[in-house]
Amino acid sequence: MNLMNLFNRRTSAPVARERLQILLAHERGIVGGKPDLVALLREEILAVVGRHVAVERDRVHVRMNRGADLSTLEIEVEIPAPGMARA
Amino acid sequence: MAKVLVVTSGKGGVGKTTSTAALGGALAQSGEKVVVIDFDVGLRNLDLVMGAERRVVFDLINVVQGDAKLNQALIRDKRIENLSLLPASQTRDKDALTEEGVARVLADLKQKFDWIICDSPAGIERGATLAMRHADVAVVVTNPEVSSVRDSDRIIGLLDSKTEKAENGERVEKHLLLTRYDPVRAERGEMLKVDDVLEILSIPLLGIIPESEEVLRASNVGSPVTLNNPGSAPGRAYFDAARRLKGESVEMTIPSDKKGLLGKLFGRRAA
Repeated sequence: MNLMNLFNRRTSAPVARERLQILLAHERGIVGGKPDLVALLREEILAVVGRHVAVERDRVHVRMNRGADLSTLEIEVEIPAPGMARA
Repeated sequence: MAKVLVVTSGKGGVGKTTSTAALGGALAQSGEKVVVIDFDVGLRNLDLVMGAERRVVFDLINVVQGDAKLNQALIRDKRIENLSLLPASQTRDKDALTEEGVARVLADLKQKFDWIICDSPAGIERGATLAMRHADVAVVVTNPEVSSVRDSDRIIGLLDSKTEKAENGERVEKHLLLTRYDPVRAERGEMLKVDDVLEILSIPLLGIIPESEEVLRASNVGSPVTLNNPGSAPGRAYFDAARRLKGESVEMTIPSDKKGLLGKLFGRRAA
């Protein structure tokens, strides 16, 4: 190692700190102390759709994919055949 | 009023058992009646770190299942009279621990002790959630290292949502215990600093335990570091932390083992 490397070496702790801050901001949205966002969305979607159409609890699927630039929310609600609908 | 304290971390190997023994020892030495409980069913180690491994007859699961009385399972420390250990089972399945059973044992222990310190297993599975379930106070043991900080964040989330207190709309009092800290490396920018970890986890600091040979030396001989070498840097740091747990206000310092020239010449000893 030459002398210049010794002076130019970037310290690693600030990198650790920055990586943790980004990661935890992301993870706290999914797990952590607050209620699970996906579970919350699922319940509310179930309630709204259920006001108009009879849906079964396990026929509602909510998936969230988070990316660095773009996140997507995928909602899939299976509605039973017309004869079984409420109104 | 007895306090139930859980020592937890998520990640393994950060110093939960060492800290349980050291804080238990420090609190007991200050006159408090203390029991330390090992919740790590199948991988118990608190008995070994406390030097009581050859005295285990009954364990927590025996008491939970009614096969032994609490007094038969409690092991009284030979050095400090008001310190006791309730070991985990080494052979039984961890599913033998039930929430009601643990609650019953804790209620009995509250009649006899001032502090009930629960040494949590690593992870977020049953043993860990049961260890924190009935806690009033939590000590989150964290190393200044990315994976430990991340896991501590997860555990803090669980303390705020999955404990009895949280479910009743109350809060578990949470404290950060930063262990294996090296102030020189932190100053050089090679290790997360105390303030970095505090800012990320945002819970109050209970103490900073410096990286030290004394910790291994104490576990080698089966003694809490606060008993084996109370004057050592980690010993003093744990004593300060124990005083803060009791509500005393103690200035936050990072004790050091660094010796002067005379200390270097004459202070060396074998252990």
